Amino acid sequence: MSIFEWIKQPWPWYVAGPLIGLTVPLLLIIGNKSFGISSSLRHVCAIVVPANIKYFKYDWKKEMWNLFFVSGILLGGMMAANFLANPEAVKISEKLAGQLTVYGITDYTGLVPKQLFNWPALLTIKGLIMMVLGGFMIGFGTRYAGGCTSGHSIMGLSTLQWPSLVATCCFMIGGFIMSNLILPLILSL
Amino acid sequence: MQTKETNTDFEVRSLDAMCVNESSLEHKWYHNIKYLFVGIAFGIVFVKAEIVSWFRIQEMFRLQSFHMYGVIGSAVVVGVISVWLIKKFKIKTIYGEKIEFKSHAFSKGQVYGGLLFGLGWAITGACPGPLYAQIGVGATVIVITLLSAIAGTWVYGYIREKLPH
Repeated sequence: MSIFEWIKQPWPWYVAGPLIGLTVPLLLIIGNKSFGISSSLRHVCAIVVPANIKYFKYDWKKEMWNLFFVSGILLGGMMAANFLANPEAVKISEKLAGQLTVYGITDYTGLVPKQLFNWPALLTIKGLIMMVLGGFMIGFGTRYAGGCTSGHSIMGLSTLQWPSLVATCCFMIGGFIMSNLILPLILSL
Repeated sequence: MQTKETNTDFEVRSLDAMCVNESSLEHKWYHNIKYLFVGIAFGIVFVKAEIVSWFRIQEMFRLQSFHMYGVIGSAVVVGVISVWLIKKFKIKTIYGEKIEFKSHAFSKGQVYGGLLFGLGWAITGACPGPLYAQIGVGATVIVITLLSAIAGTWVYGYIREKLPH
């Protein structure tokens, strides 16, 4: 198997996890920056609609690096999808497949389920909840918590801050409640 | 009610000009291009390890796969060791600056906001980073989720003073 073919396969956790962990020292060493992604949403607000709100009055120009970083993530996604795509269908656990079939989700190609996340679905109640309300909770929740999985769970835990451990536990609790108790109701709408 | 403005944000540092953690170095905009490249590498890892997959997130929260726990766990271990090494050997930035770490205070927002974010994470199958990567892989409708997340951030800023922290 050539290196290129090997790269095209899905990467295991023990390759991806350490690479993500290395982003922490990399950002610190190349510019004293704390790893964090959700703050980009705040910078967009500060730039586009500050509306004289105190929370959005800060020198966003000093945080521009973050917007370059997230633009890179978008470009990286494009490159991976166009040049390094896994030729085979995404393997998902049989248990999950069984549970999702009940709700008519049978297409596992692509990283985002096409049967749930698509433009026409935006006009359905299910789609509105999953794409619009879901997004709103991400934006509101991350800023209220002061960070997201990158800011708290990676950067905060790397610097051994206990408030970040609290936040990470709450992220997980919220996720368990949604996936196991609420999402089945939403999917059956 | 608090009278003093407290920084509840773990990710944004320059809330005011008095921020002690602010770099004194001024750089031209193009110095930011290096962060674009870090982002590209990061986006590729996100997609290739399927961290941006809605299915992987569901498997994590339904305890059907170890994958995401392995990714987050090993990332934290590598992060902890890196930060420890930077502190121990007083490693400086490429510009010769001292690397600063700030500690943050606990706020109730980490509980309320954290739970709310967790709910959103499991519905959309994405945290903020993966949202950008999902748009990149061609799921264009996720632009709406991103705009909605920006709206959520704005509403938080608008009602922030009224929320318990």
